[in-house]
Amino acid sequence: MSAPRERRARGPAVSAPRERSVEAAGLRFRIWEKGEGAPLGFLGGLRGLPRWPEVLDRLAASRRVIAPSLPGFPGALGHDALDGVPDWVCAVLDALEASGLEGADLVGASVGATLAAEVACFARASVRRLVLIAPFGLFDEREPVADVWAQRLSELPSLLSAEPAKLEAFLARPEGEDEVEWQIALTRASEAAARLLWPLGDLGLARRLHRIRAPTLLVWGARDRVVPASYAKRFADGISGWVEQKSIPDAGHMAEIDRPEAVADAILRFLGSG
Amino acid sequence: MKLLWFHLMPYTDLPEDFTEKHPSVWVDIDSRLFDPLRAHEIYNEFMDELEFAAQSGFDGICVNEHHSNAYGLMPSPNLIAASLARRTRDAALVIMGNSLALYNPPIRVAEELAMLDCISGGRVVAGFPVGTPMDTCYAYGQNPSQLRQRYEEAHDLILKSWTEPEPFVWNGRFHKLRYVNPWPRPLQQPHPPVWIPGGGSVETWQWCARRDYVYSYLSYFGYKAGEATMRGFWREMERLGKDANPYRAGFLQFVGVAESRREALDLYREPAEYFYGRCLHVDPRFAAPPGYATEKTLRARVQSMVAQAAERAGNRHFFQQPDFESIVDRGYVIVGSPDEVAERLRAVATELNVGHLMLLMQFGNMRRPLAVHNTELFAKRVMPQLAGLFDDRWEDLWWPRPLPAERRAAVREGPR
Repeated sequence: MSAPRERRARGPAVSAPRERSVEAAGLRFRIWEKGEGAPLGFLGGLRGLPRWPEVLDRLAASRRVIAPSLPGFPGALGHDALDGVPDWVCAVLDALEASGLEGADLVGASVGATLAAEVACFARASVRRLVLIAPFGLFDEREPVADVWAQRLSELPSLLSAEPAKLEAFLARPEGEDEVEWQIALTRASEAAARLLWPLGDLGLARRLHRIRAPTLLVWGARDRVVPASYAKRFADGISGWVEQKSIPDAGHMAEIDRPEAVADAILRFLGSG
Repeated sequence: MKLLWFHLMPYTDLPEDFTEKHPSVWVDIDSRLFDPLRAHEIYNEFMDELEFAAQSGFDGICVNEHHSNAYGLMPSPNLIAASLARRTRDAALVIMGNSLALYNPPIRVAEELAMLDCISGGRVVAGFPVGTPMDTCYAYGQNPSQLRQRYEEAHDLILKSWTEPEPFVWNGRFHKLRYVNPWPRPLQQPHPPVWIPGGGSVETWQWCARRDYVYSYLSYFGYKAGEATMRGFWREMERLGKDANPYRAGFLQFVGVAESRREALDLYREPAEYFYGRCLHVDPRFAAPPGYATEKTLRARVQSMVAQAAERAGNRHFFQQPDFESIVDRGYVIVGSPDEVAERLRAVATELNVGHLMLLMQFGNMRRPLAVHNTELFAKRVMPQLAGLFDDRWEDLWWPRPLPAERRAAVREGPR
């Protein structure tokens, strides 16, 4: 496969993270880890982390980045045992504790950001500072969240991303991976996200947001066509803690894939070196 | 051999430019296309047709369930069945909804089917589809990742509520009920026969075999496209040690009968092109919500190049408007003289080994005169040629067991 190589030629070299596997409450999680310094958790977006993305490499230059996979997303199974927000919050707390992230700074993208926000509502002490990249969870009928699960396949990349080629490279099957299982894993990730979010209405988060006291950075792609950028203000208004907002130009819903450098810079500027 | 007359109740007045001007017949169809005055006419026509089919000697009449769908105007098949229960005498009432995951609590389905079974004197077949993605996940907002789990729990709850004599507690994963004790209860004991309308998934076949239910393949694409599925079904039955009783299976087929093949080609062209064009104009963005297909099914689909090719072909047919010649060539609709249709259906039933043939004889924008003509010709000149097929060797163990005629309640017109 040549796509990843070409991609590397354009950006900085992305090297593999250390991988380990932990078990918590009967579920097995893959944990990817890279870098030195204060731990920084990362929860992936709509497709989870099928591969180690450039944004995490950039964060790992300053921090010890730890990315546990969540149930149903690449690297973990078990989403079909989870029936609602409390089940998901428990599973994420289990994953955070098992990977040494309890009380650490936490970054989440899209569905991962939703879960990071929920965890911060239910278990304040488990999160130090919070970075939310375009979370789902609120809903405004005047400006509805787009239905990512009712799209023609050809139109989906440009809905999710302002740089569809980067998204396609992120999702492309690496050499050596089984073609069938790779497709199944990506579909399962969509299912896991849908299991929590379907049909993309209000998760009840609006009634809990005030529980978030952790200093929070809201990152939004300026061209997010899924969760409109105006939702940043709705989140900012609801959260009780210190809130900063950062809009990423020329980025869509998957801002961390579209503009890894700008997103990593914004996160590191907010969090400092630990 | 059982011959069943199946109605989808399609809206007959979609405009000619529907497929160009509108993205989908289903889910987000433009509500301004719906004229309730027309619906008043056609509901009554359609119910007349079902009643006429019952009077004409069809063994059963079938209704089904769709939501936000212009080719299926029966969000509640039970409502139509309630009227048919009073207006027909002997035909089985084959209710190919209810999509169990959509009802909360699911005992509503147990109650309504029990009512229908009592009213009709035990003529009900309980069809339990999972339901299409369009109906369940989009129109009814069900979570595709939970749909099958909810369906299975609802099924178990309904069956237990029909068979358990004492009030019981249901502490399920999705439903908690302190007092399950439906009144009324079904007339057929222990419960009406259960038929499962399904696609071609091995898991559904295995489930039907385990529970001893009828598997009913309701495809709109006829006997040629359905052959591989039915062969797969029978191979699986054999593997599981089940006999080849053709009454384990149901199969849907469109049929148009006329005095001659040429006349049939004339008469049925317009309604067939209306159905396969306008009615099947479904936006593919509603076809595959994540989690709707099980991983086993997905894996089989991705792995098998044959299946992939078939699926591509299926999608192409599904979403591209075929002309009448290819509709007939591909076997979507069987048309011809009574003798030709009888010969073809006999071959289909024998080759696919299907004891319950479910025939769509009103389709698309077909109006009552033609639907009645089709039904009448079939009943008089096709039905006798198929009578008795399979019955020398096999018994239909999945057919309703109604009260004998002399014990059925009278249906009176007035208060006397």
